[in-house]
Amino acid sequence: MTYLDLQNDLASQGYVASDDLAMALHLAVTLGRPLLLEGAAGVGKTEIARALASARDTRLIRLQCYEGLDAAQAIYEWNYQRQLLAIQASGKTGKEAEAQIFSEDYLLERPLLQAIRQDTPPVLLIDEIDRADEEFEAYLLEVLADFQITVPELGTITAKSRPLVILTANGTRDLSDALRRRCLYAHVDYPERKTELAILDARCPGLSAALAGQIVGFVQDLRKEDLVKKPGVAEMLDFAAALSGLGVADLTEDPTALMAAMATLLKTEADRGAVPAEVAQRLAGRAA
Amino acid sequence: MSRVTKFAGRDPGPGARVAGFMAHLRAHGFALGVAETGTALAALGAVEASDPSEARAALCAVCAGRAEDVERFDALFDSFWMDAGRVRQKTVPSDNNNKNDDMHSSRKDAGGTEAEGTGKIHAPGGSGGGEAESDGTGRLVASDVRNLMKKDLRDLVDPEDIRKAEAVAVQLGQALRDKRSRRRKAARRGRAVDFRRTIRKAVATGGVPLRLARRTRPDRPVKIVALCDVSGSMLVYARPFLAFLAGLMRADAASDAYLFHTRLVRIADALREEDPMRALNRVTLMAEGIGGGSRIGGALEHFAATYARRFVGGRSVVIILSDGYDSDPPEHIAAALQALKRRGCRIVWLNPLKGWKGYEPIARGMAAALPYLDLFEAANTLEALAGLDQKLGAI
Repeated sequence: MTYLDLQNDLASQGYVASDDLAMALHLAVTLGRPLLLEGAAGVGKTEIARALASARDTRLIRLQCYEGLDAAQAIYEWNYQRQLLAIQASGKTGKEAEAQIFSEDYLLERPLLQAIRQDTPPVLLIDEIDRADEEFEAYLLEVLADFQITVPELGTITAKSRPLVILTANGTRDLSDALRRRCLYAHVDYPERKTELAILDARCPGLSAALAGQIVGFVQDLRKEDLVKKPGVAEMLDFAAALSGLGVADLTEDPTALMAAMATLLKTEADRGAVPAEVAQRLAGRAA
Repeated sequence: MSRVTKFAGRDPGPGARVAGFMAHLRAHGFALGVAETGTALAALGAVEASDPSEARAALCAVCAGRAEDVERFDALFDSFWMDAGRVRQKTVPSDNNNKNDDMHSSRKDAGGTEAEGTGKIHAPGGSGGGEAESDGTGRLVASDVRNLMKKDLRDLVDPEDIRKAEAVAVQLGQALRDKRSRRRKAARRGRAVDFRRTIRKAVATGGVPLRLARRTRPDRPVKIVALCDVSGSMLVYARPFLAFLAGLMRADAASDAYLFHTRLVRIADALREEDPMRALNRVTLMAEGIGGGSRIGGALEHFAATYARRFVGGRSVVIILSDGYDSDPPEHIAAALQALKRRGCRIVWLNPLKGWKGYEPIARGMAAALPYLDLFEAANTLEALAGLDQKLGAI
């Protein structure tokens, strides 16, 4: 299998990957290394994992990172209520009780543990790793290095199958060099015009070619404006859906409808102010 | 450019060539270890390595670690593999952009990212930025002329100062703890119950949780990012501030320091040099133009657009040491601080002039900055800086 096959597989799932990205994914699959995807919000980083999982027909296990994420949420936790009940109901004490309540039955699997205990290698998506704090990053390094997890009461659990790990980040804080070194890397940028047209075509097949060209041109021009939050691919798709819902066939024909549909693209007050109706009209005129 | 490099007949083989390429990348600032060479060879084995475009994409995925690396990779790849025999003789155009770039001057970027500002450098007083705000003292006029005369920082700061400043920096670092942690740690007292330890203890009492273990939110250290104005008008005050920067860098490995006048220079790595005097010498060499004009707005905007994206986060406190006399229009300061604020950091502005009797922040730059500041204080000596710990602890 070459990276082109993978690119085709992803395309059949409705995900249009650039050559560099397809190559990085291909290497991550064949070498069994984690892949770090970086890029602005809304360029489709999370979507890659979803497309990859369905292309390879395997499970997607997702761990959303946030500040304060700890082992209990990411790896495993004991089922405390059941443990308490069990000790009291059984009337056992000491070693016996301990052996009973710290067994598999009382273990709650969280995404990381779940991922290494699957029979077929799943896709493990660790989303927005830069939101988690340094402690978690350090722990993750350990897991990614040998795919085993130690539960003090149970012993070491080794991976049945190595999950395909995809990490995403969009620059909330700088990641450590150690994590970067351990991963393959791909930078995901806003797609080029051609790629974005292909994405729009894959997701909204009903659109006329002229309108699709206008939408992509408009959004691409809008990204060049000085905005707080540049519209991503998902926003572009929402915009297209909004326009077809409003029955717009040409961007320049109805300024009110255009401004209404812009609600899908510009998500802050400052950005709304930065693109008044005249500017939107000018951009639409250029895209037409 | 597209001709493939011819290696000498005695070349020991592809493995050594890839190792050579890794060394080539390392020399240009890529953070690569020995293990990556193995990964790179494995990657080449997994693709059609004889096809240059596939080999390029594969090596890029393995070797690059951040967006800047990806940008520079093509040029480095070409210079090694596509140079028709002239291996590693040509310097890559962007090689001063390597990892150490953080320590070098930001002049190159300044030209690109601050296009709107560069035109003003050679028009002293053209924008009237300084004179209007000199507020009657007649001494402090922001000038936008670059000072090419060399000022040596070693004349300004002595080692004794740095030692004192180190103690001050430690003190401030302890005052500036972030109390907004969301992680919880086992503790003797705390609001939340630590179930795991409670259950373990309950085993001994037949499942009755008699003793509750607790968890609490630990205070987090914050990352201090200090930007020091070393333009002409600030030079009288530069001594304690520079000593403070040097002390801060030595006391706290996570902190970060910059100097600015008409340009912005990152000096954190240079200041971490073992010998404090040698460190100052290095900074002097890097920060050419000390004691010259001031472009606070431009420098801060440059900072917000570049370094801040990597080094400033929600747990950072940005300390700006400046008198606010700026030759850029005040909107620049406001825009820069707004962008910084959006990264979730807290901003402290220490202005030596605020200590003056009857001082009002009427410098336009200072007035524009005020809405974005978490703390605006006077400080013109090390003792004054040390006295700030209470106020800093409160923000």
